[in-house]
Amino acid sequence: MSSGSSRIIVTVIGQDQVGIIANVSAVLAEAGANIIDISQTTLREFFAMIMMVDLEKATLPFDEIKRRLNRKGEEMGLRIDAQHEDVFKYMHRI
Amino acid sequence: MRFSAQEIIETIRMVQMEKLDIRTITMGISLRDCAHPDIAVAATKAYDKICRKAGDLVRVGDEIEHEYGVPIINKRISVTPVALVAEASDSDDYVVFAQALDRAAKEVGVNFLGGYSALVHKGMTGGDRALLTSIPQALSSTERVCASVNIGTTRAGINMDAVAQMGRIVCDTARLTADRDGLGCAKLVVFCNAVDDNPFMAGAFHGIGEPECVINVGVSGPGVVLAALEQEPNADFGQLANVIKRTAFKVTRMGELAGRAASAKLGVPFGIVDLSLAPTPAQGDSVGRILEAMGLERVGTHGSTAALALLNDAVKKGGAMASSYVGGLSGAFIPVSEDIAMIEAASLGALTFDKLEAMTCVCSVGLDMIAVPGDTPPETIAAIIADEAAIGMINRKTTAVRIIPAPGKTVGDMVEFGGLLGRAPVMALHPYSSKVFIDRGGRIPAPLQALNN
Repeated sequence: MSSGSSRIIVTVIGQDQVGIIANVSAVLAEAGANIIDISQTTLREFFAMIMMVDLEKATLPFDEIKRRLNRKGEEMGLRIDAQHEDVFKYMHRI
Repeated sequence: MRFSAQEIIETIRMVQMEKLDIRTITMGISLRDCAHPDIAVAATKAYDKICRKAGDLVRVGDEIEHEYGVPIINKRISVTPVALVAEASDSDDYVVFAQALDRAAKEVGVNFLGGYSALVHKGMTGGDRALLTSIPQALSSTERVCASVNIGTTRAGINMDAVAQMGRIVCDTARLTADRDGLGCAKLVVFCNAVDDNPFMAGAFHGIGEPECVINVGVSGPGVVLAALEQEPNADFGQLANVIKRTAFKVTRMGELAGRAASAKLGVPFGIVDLSLAPTPAQGDSVGRILEAMGLERVGTHGSTAALALLNDAVKKGGAMASSYVGGLSGAFIPVSEDIAMIEAASLGALTFDKLEAMTCVCSVGLDMIAVPGDTPPETIAAIIADEAAIGMINRKTTAVRIIPAPGKTVGDMVEFGGLLGRAPVMALHPYSSKVFIDRGGRIPAPLQALNN
């Protein structure tokens, strides 16, 4: 991670279905990542879930967590992304 | 949460649906310490230095893309204008230098390297002359090297001898790359008021006031601006400008973030963010569509210049607020072959050459990626360059010409460059000769900087 912060934002976009939170949380728990906040909304016609996750005590590197989330997304027909929180901080805060 | 869900979704939407991207991370590298009496040695020194400085550029670019989830389309390099470096050599054939740059670009994995350049706005040295002479050969025997020549400035006027020569060089370059529809000309830019820190190709070079090595970032996002405008179908012009400013601000912030991250990871100072709405031939990535969304049936019709003026200025205002250092060309590009709305409008006859020229008075650069008939005389190309340079000189702005006299093609034919360079319909030019005018030679004196009316 390039900045001091160890927080990432995980976004899940696609059709709503049973088990989204359970599946994503499981991937994060396995990696020792701590979920700080969850919210959901809609993006155009899609369901969108947003998680703020702290990787400070994570046992896996960001790259691996991101890969696992991507893979879980493919399994469920969803788009799951992980991005460093700085992206959002820079775009929306000065 | 420190961000609202709307903010996060907005960012995701911009990237995933509206093609927001970092168009380029460009590393500027000074080659001034690579001069040597033997051109082959100078070329080797340049090759070694580029590989040393930019060895990690592509890896770092990919890393940032991965961490932040924002695509970084191109990683590129700009170098000191080669005429300044090669001049110290005994040789007057600089092609070997261009080939070394090409090899370096391939070695470090960048798709373009700019700076096979000369600054001749007031006159030419021996090195400038040798560089200009070698451009057609250099561009036809390399793949990734881009050339540019500055032939005028507001302070110096226009070097019409150089303009006349560039007319011939453009035609020669097209001829030598005839098997690829004159592709060499897509890598050749003729500037008035060229800037030192432009990260965008083909006109990037590492200016002489620049540091040893620097990271400049070019952000784009016509799709994001278009989507924002489409949300406000009934906005008046003041509101329209505000929407564009707000969007430009957000887009520029991404560039600032990527630039600072690249600078820190590479241990190279951060230069500038260039916020230019740079279209690509992809659907939804078009500047022409933005003008059409403002209410023009087709880009190129009456009103296009006003619409572009509003867009260009609002982009600059939003960008200037968002970054500590805005530079480069910042504004809206209107390259015909790279913009789906421009391609359509030119094919329909809605967008003519003369209207394009008028639009360049208010866009961020100039006549860009325009295909013209292959039998266009060099003097006509030179006269086009002179007109465009005059617009830049008088209006104290950067203008440029990147024009392709497509060999064997005539008005209405399509020229295919492929990839990001796109495709362009061959546009009609005035049939009347400018030869006697161009043959005069000499310089157009610098304009008055007062009595502005």
